[in-house]
Amino acid sequence: MSARKAQKEKIIKQKFSTQLMYKQRYLLLMSLPFVIWLIIFKYIPLWGWTMAFQEVKPKNLSKHIWERPFVGLENFLKAFDDRMFNQTLINTIGLSILGIAVGTAMAILFALMLNEIRFVRFKKVTQTISYLPHFVSWVVIASIAKMVLNDGGMLDTLLGAKLGLMSTNSPLFWLTVVLINTWKEVGWDAIVYLSAMAGIDQGLYEAAKVDGANRLQRIWHITLPGIKPTIVVLLIMGIGGALNVGMERQMLLSNGIVQDHAMVLSWFAYVRGIGNSNYGLGTAIGMFQSLVGIILLFLANKIAGWLGESRLI
Amino acid sequence: MANTKSNRIKSRDNILDYILLAVFLLLIVITIYPFLNVLAISFNDPIDTMRNINFIIPRQFTWSNYIYVFRENNLGRAFFLSVLRTVIGAGAGVICTAMLAYVLSRKDFYFNKLFTTLFVITMYVSGGLIPEYLLLMRDLKLGNHFIVYIIPGLIWVYNMILVRSFIEGLPLALQEAARVDGANDFIIWARIVLPLCQPVLATVALFYAVGQWNSFMDTYLYAKELPTLQYVLYEIMEKAQVKIDPHAAEQMKNAVSPLSIRMAVTIVATVPIIIVYPFLQKYFVGGMTVGAVKD
Repeated sequence: MSARKAQKEKIIKQKFSTQLMYKQRYLLLMSLPFVIWLIIFKYIPLWGWTMAFQEVKPKNLSKHIWERPFVGLENFLKAFDDRMFNQTLINTIGLSILGIAVGTAMAILFALMLNEIRFVRFKKVTQTISYLPHFVSWVVIASIAKMVLNDGGMLDTLLGAKLGLMSTNSPLFWLTVVLINTWKEVGWDAIVYLSAMAGIDQGLYEAAKVDGANRLQRIWHITLPGIKPTIVVLLIMGIGGALNVGMERQMLLSNGIVQDHAMVLSWFAYVRGIGNSNYGLGTAIGMFQSLVGIILLFLANKIAGWLGESRLI
Repeated sequence: MANTKSNRIKSRDNILDYILLAVFLLLIVITIYPFLNVLAISFNDPIDTMRNINFIIPRQFTWSNYIYVFRENNLGRAFFLSVLRTVIGAGAGVICTAMLAYVLSRKDFYFNKLFTTLFVITMYVSGGLIPEYLLLMRDLKLGNHFIVYIIPGLIWVYNMILVRSFIEGLPLALQEAARVDGANDFIIWARIVLPLCQPVLATVALFYAVGQWNSFMDTYLYAKELPTLQYVLYEIMEKAQVKIDPHAAEQMKNAVSPLSIRMAVTIVATVPIIIVYPFLQKYFVGGMTVGAVKD
């Protein structure tokens, strides 16, 4: 403890000097390569946002930034006018909201059940199995999902019905995607809630028992309020990432029939940017997604603050 | 009176245990059954598969689907590439993450704040797909180079924070003692910090390895000539839409079922990870919990 305090004092006194740099040369050597890596692979693409305000097509791609025509906000306007843009935005938001709602509810429910069950060994086996789909790639999940859910697939055969989960061009496809995603991640997502539950004061449960509360009452009045801060933090993060629906999952699970309801912003940026070689337009779509994401994150964070909840940032 | 009431509560509480047991059994079936079915179809006789005769145990057990995919789809090369990127990517990732995490755990390091901020910002803002694509393909010319699998995704900031919080929880006394003995910062990291970090490094190694093994988008975008298992499976999925007439197929001597083949590749792409993760469970559950602590 005293060592930490001493270290803290040292920080305050520090001023830049060649002497200090020499003293910390190993630390510099051990971190500078990664900072350079960071600048190249993360910050140069950020600088690439300038392309959103230019016309960038293969013919002028090799030109320097200042030689390309600046077009102001034209790329953004073109994106918003695109016949696919509105549907894409609706898909993205719809998938996100449905995904956050169903995913969070299921993960909490699963964690609650794991927390309650008293057969210890059985609980461990269930948990291990529940992690399994999380570690499997989306390509594999898509391969399995198509076997199970396609028309005439396993589920159709089992139920003797034609569900059309993978072949109905309507928001039903969002539900299909969200259910597959929940199946994949519920066990993994429950870990955080379980660890939050483990942190709840056991004395509260004892006191409730003495007062005659049954298990459901204890869950409702002790466990759920106990994990509320965790739920809020994860919801903030979820809302902050609401537009960042990955293209990989959508691309792999969809097919030509349901494409209208599978398209999301990141994929749309790829289709317009690389598929149609309109790099400026693609960058603009990506930039829109990123900026709105940051605004959403701050908004969710603010609202959580107003509601008197712990904030993320 | 009070006693009977508490007994009633108790018996109701015990019923809940058995309800939970039943629900969990159902969940286990829902989770595992699709995988078992994939396994069965991959060992199923192709003609049975085509006639839609699928059992959880194949009627006629055969290796022919596996032999076919390794011979016809060049699965051996894909398997090798997948293993290679997993081993190199996870190895390099863990070492680099641990090194950076140590430096950023040192509050006395002059650039600590600046570097940490630079890294954390990238968790929230990214340039997006198009600028990254142009950087890798046009400026750095990494298209179809193996290093495109390793370098751009070398360090995940989330993993770095995980390791850093772990290091910050270690007692400082050991580092101080080594410094008094004349060890420099690199030696302290390599000899003292690194061995103590083993649990969190196991977690992080698993995350990197799973990420590498499962990665599909980077092959799709940047390196189609270096197909990994995931990409081969994707290609098979894309072209397996062709339907074969079962009666005609029956007459063929070496019948091939697209579904059986796809399932065989699915198994090859899945099994290595399924074998590894249960052994690392105690590590990653701990690791996730560290990550849940507010930074």
